[in-house]
Amino acid sequence: MHEVLQKFFSPHAFRVSLPDVWTGFQLNLKLMVIAEVLVLVLALAIAVVRGLPGRGATPLRALAIVYTDVFRGTPLILVAFLVGFGLPGLNIKGLSTLSNFTYGVIALTLVYTAYVTEVYRAGIESVHPSQRMAARSLGLSYWQAMRYVVIPQAVRRVIPPLLNDFVGLQKDTALVTVIGVAESVQQAQQFSQNNFNFTSYVVAAVFFILLTIPLARFTDHLIRIRERRERAQLT
Amino acid sequence: MSFVSLRNVTKAFGDNVVLRDVDLQVDEHNVVCLIGASGSGKSTLLRCLNLLEVVDRGEIEVDGQTITNGQVDVNALRRKIGIVFQAYNLFPHMTVIDNVTLAPTKVRRVSKADARDRAKDLLERIGLAEKADEFPDRLSGGQQQRVAIARALAMEPKLMLLDEITSALDPQLVAEVLTLVRELAETGMTMIIATHEMSFAREVANKVCFLDEGVISEEGPPEQIFSAPQQPRTREFLARVLAAGRL
Repeated sequence: MHEVLQKFFSPHAFRVSLPDVWTGFQLNLKLMVIAEVLVLVLALAIAVVRGLPGRGATPLRALAIVYTDVFRGTPLILVAFLVGFGLPGLNIKGLSTLSNFTYGVIALTLVYTAYVTEVYRAGIESVHPSQRMAARSLGLSYWQAMRYVVIPQAVRRVIPPLLNDFVGLQKDTALVTVIGVAESVQQAQQFSQNNFNFTSYVVAAVFFILLTIPLARFTDHLIRIRERRERAQLT
Repeated sequence: MSFVSLRNVTKAFGDNVVLRDVDLQVDEHNVVCLIGASGSGKSTLLRCLNLLEVVDRGEIEVDGQTITNGQVDVNALRRKIGIVFQAYNLFPHMTVIDNVTLAPTKVRRVSKADARDRAKDLLERIGLAEKADEFPDRLSGGQQQRVAIARALAMEPKLMLLDEITSALDPQLVAEVLTLVRELAETGMTMIIATHEMSFAREVANKVCFLDEGVISEEGPPEQIFSAPQQPRTREFLARVLAAGRL
């Protein structure tokens, strides 16, 4: 028992490893924020492409479907390897000389955009067709109806599931440690190997937990508000 | 020269023929009421007029322009045709005034300020000026439907299509909506109205058309249709409506 406490919860090791792990965790935060912004924008674009009407858009729709299928099905760690080690090996100008951090952002964005596309798509499909019809019959074009009527309603509806995916993204920023990004897990690992003590991992875990709890609570809060509103509409 | 004219218009959904060789003329500043059982084709006819549905056969002319040849600018056509639906279909994420100003600002490129002024006038006219900044879910059904009418009027349409706009309303809310439509008729608005409100149709229509299984089986001035219907099917329908206490 004493052994466990010493190896995992040593107050001394906690204090000593904390600054380095915190430095690493700031990279996790950066990865997270940049990837989230990219994911929000790209996923919406792909979701809209998937919903395009008409036969002319078939190739675009197919491309969007292939993309989401591939990247939802591939483990993030594989994508990280492929991007982080694969792209530099290709010797393509502008693509093979990026920093590991950038490769990390690309891997996270590729995978999470695929998830979030599906979330947006569900939101867009949940807007009743009569809304689009009402917009079109006022003379709004397809794009105007999407922009002003369908997407605003869709996005409002999917905010809770979006936030859930972001909790996942926050945690998965730890995975890009495998391509040599000096984020918190890597810092923790270094400390652990140098000191034969695992407390540094606990430190990293605490950071992640402290970050995700508020977001999870906020998501619950939004869901509760929505439920209350929907009940009020029924009466 | 009629403002709206349909010639041999046929429309089917799969095997279900909803409109069969429909001919209809609507003069400018006239009100035409479409009556008939649910499923007789009233709504489909209205939707064909603003190209929410594409006809299979036949020709429709609106304001001197053939709209069924696939060459017409759909968005331009819809700018001059307002439609109001049974389910209001207001945009729930926008305030009342934003519902009314959306199309004028985005489609007709009216400035925001001008669109708001005009929207306020319209809301005043429908008696809902004080609800301008409310969201639709705070309004009663009758109020929502009046806003939907104002939203259509904000585009200054030359033709209004009303698709059973009181059918989803509580009986005590029907009157406020019909009063508004009556006022609209008095301003000379050309309207085609699908309705189950027979006494309203009788009072406001210049012409009443009875639709039966996709065919206009009888049309004429309201006095004739309601007091001396020629066709047995019309008589049968009106007898059933009478029995239901709706006439």
